[in-house]
Amino acid sequence: MKFTKRQAAKLLASAAFAASFAAPAFAQDDKTKIGFVYVGPVGDGGWTYEHNKGRLAVEEHFGDSVETVFVESVAEGPDSERVMTQMALDGADLIFTTSFGYMDPTINVAAKFPNVKFEHATGYKRADNVSTYSARFYEGRAIQGHIAGKMTKSNTVGYIGSYPIPEVIRGINSAFIHARKSNPDVQFKIVWAYTWFDPAKEADAAKVLIEQGADVILQHTDSTAPQAAAQEAGNVVTFGQASDMSQYAPFPRVSSIIDDWAPYYIARVQAVKDGTWTSTDTWDGIGAGMVGIGEISDAVPAEVKAEALALKASLADGSYHAFTGPLNKQDGSEFLAAGATADDGTLAGMNFYVEGIEGEIPQ
Amino acid sequence: MDLSAINPILFIAGFFVAATPLIFAAVGELVVEKTGVLNLGVEGMMIIGAICGFATAVETGSPLLGFAAAAVGGAVLSLLFAFLTQVMLANQVASGLALTLFGLGFSALLGQSYVGVKPPRLADVDFGSLAEIPIFGPIILSHDLIVYLGLALVVAVWAVLKYTRIGLVLRAVGENHDAAHALGYKVVRIRTLAIMFGGACAGVGGAYISLIRVPQWTEGMTAGIGWIALALVVFASWKPFRLLLGAYLFGGLVQLQLNLQGAGVAIPVEYLAMSPYVITIVVLVFLSRDKGAAPASLGRIFHASS
Repeated sequence: MKFTKRQAAKLLASAAFAASFAAPAFAQDDKTKIGFVYVGPVGDGGWTYEHNKGRLAVEEHFGDSVETVFVESVAEGPDSERVMTQMALDGADLIFTTSFGYMDPTINVAAKFPNVKFEHATGYKRADNVSTYSARFYEGRAIQGHIAGKMTKSNTVGYIGSYPIPEVIRGINSAFIHARKSNPDVQFKIVWAYTWFDPAKEADAAKVLIEQGADVILQHTDSTAPQAAAQEAGNVVTFGQASDMSQYAPFPRVSSIIDDWAPYYIARVQAVKDGTWTSTDTWDGIGAGMVGIGEISDAVPAEVKAEALALKASLADGSYHAFTGPLNKQDGSEFLAAGATADDGTLAGMNFYVEGIEGEIPQ
Repeated sequence: MDLSAINPILFIAGFFVAATPLIFAAVGELVVEKTGVLNLGVEGMMIIGAICGFATAVETGSPLLGFAAAAVGGAVLSLLFAFLTQVMLANQVASGLALTLFGLGFSALLGQSYVGVKPPRLADVDFGSLAEIPIFGPIILSHDLIVYLGLALVVAVWAVLKYTRIGLVLRAVGENHDAAHALGYKVVRIRTLAIMFGGACAGVGGAYISLIRVPQWTEGMTAGIGWIALALVVFASWKPFRLLLGAYLFGGLVQLQLNLQGAGVAIPVEYLAMSPYVITIVVLVFLSRDKGAAPASLGRIFHASS
C-alpha cells in the first residue's frame, strides 16, 4: 500500500479518532504495530528504498502477527514530530525514524509516549525508549576510495555531499584516505547539495563536477540522478549509494555500498514481541552484514578488484580499521599516531577533514 | 581556489538547461494568472508531465512524442482543476494544493515500472557551420529543440498578450470578469482553455527534467521547481520578459554556486546555496516596484449570476 503524506496523515488521524471510541477492541489487538518514517519516497532507488525493503522483510518474516505503516517524504523537523505523534496515537508499538534530522523530534515524541519504543537511525541521542542504530558506511567508503584512486585518470574525484554532518564527513575522510593510499596524486572536489533528495540538483552537481575535470563521482545523496548524469557523460565512474543501483552497472556504476537493514529490523521487532526490548546503540559494519558491498563490475581491472576484496575482507574480520594512524587532521595536527585506530566516540562526532583534503567544512 | 577549473562556455550553456523547465512552467502559469485564475498545482502538473513524457518516450523511442504526451498529460490533469474551480466553484488555493498532492501521488503510481530505465536522448538541433562560431556557437547553438521552443514560447506569449485581440480578451477576463461577461465573453470557457494551456506548459517543463536534465524517472523528482515557477510569476510582475530574466538568473545562480563550490571558492557554502533564491527575489522585487501589476480578478470565483 502506498500513501502520500497527506493521505496517511488523514488516515492516521481518523484511525486515532476511531480508536478513542473503540479503545477496548483496540487494546485486545495483539498484532505488533510498527511505524516507519521515511525522508524520501520509497521509490528513490537509494536510502529510503532500502529502509522500505527492511520493512517488507519484517512483514515477510512475521506474517500476520505484525502490521506495518509508513509515511514517506516526511520533512526533517517539526513536520516529522506530527507524523510520529500520529503513529503513536494510532497504537504503534515500535517506530523507526530513518533520517538524521529526525533526532530531536524522535526524542520529543518519545518523551510523550513512554510505552512506545522508538528507533532512530544515524543519530546519537538516546532515551529509555529510544534506541539508535546506524551502519559503518565508512568501511564501504574505504573500498570505494581505493577503487576511485585506481580508476581516476584525471586524478580528480568529485564528491556530492548532502549536509555537513559527521556521517557524511566520515565518509569523505574514509574515501579520501584510501584514495590517497592507492593514488598519492588524487584530489577531491566536494560539492554540498544541501538536500538528501533532489534529482535535478544532484544531476546538476554531478555535471558541474564532471565539467571541472572529475572522472569519478562519489555521492552521499539518495537518488540515482548522479548515475544518470555520469552515464550521459560516458567516461565517468560512479558507485551506488545506500542501494545497489545495479541498473547502472557495469558502467558507470562499478560497485556500491548497500545498506541491509532487514536483519536488524527483524531482531528489534522480535525483541518487542518478546518483551526484551531495551534501549541500545547499534553500529554494525561489513562484518555484521549491515553494510554490503555491491558486485565490483568488470569495468574495474582484475588486480584492483582483488585488492578491493582483500580490503573488504580485512575490514570485515576486524584485522584492519578504516581509520588507522598515522593520520593528521587538515590543519596538520595529529589525529592518530602510527598504528592507533579511531574510537567510536571520535568517529560519531567527526567534524574535521583529514590532511590533504582542500576546502572547508561548512559550519 | 582554482577558478580556472570552471569552463565558462559549458557553464553559461548550462544556464539554458537549468532554466528551461522553469520557463515553461512559469510562462504557462503566467497566462493562467492573466485570466484571473491562481493555479497552485504547477508542481503536480509538472510531475505528471515528467512521468507521461518519460513513459511515452521510453515506449515509443521518440523524445518528441514524449514531450507531446507530457503536454497532454499536464493539460488533462489541469482539467480536473478547471472542473473544480470553474464548474464547481471551489476555492482555487485549496484546489491547486490538492492538484499538487494528487499529481505527486499519481505520478509515483504511474512510474512504478520506469525506475532505472534510460530514456531515448533528444538530439541537439543541428545548426551546421553556424555552431562553429567561437563562443557564440557552443553557448547558444548547442541545445535541443525544447530550449529554443521555450524561448519562442515566451516571445509568443508576450506578443499575443500585448498585441492581439485574444490577448486583450484574456486580460479583460483577468482584470474584471463581470465586465468581460457583460460584454459577452465566455469567462468560464476562456479560463478553462487558459488553465489547459498552463497545464500543457507545466507538463512539458516537467518532461524536460525527466527526459533531458537528469535524465531518469524518480518519484517526486521535480522537488519544488513548480513552486519556484509560481514565485517567479509574481516577482516578474506578470511580465514575460522579466520572467525569462528571472528564470535565467535563478538557473544561472544554481549553476554558479555549484561551480564555485567545486572550484573551492572561500565563500561559506550556506550563502552560496541560498544565493539563487535570495538574489532572484531581490532583483525582481526591485524591477517590480510599479505596483498594481496583478490581474484584478486574480483568485476570485466567477459565477454568471452574481
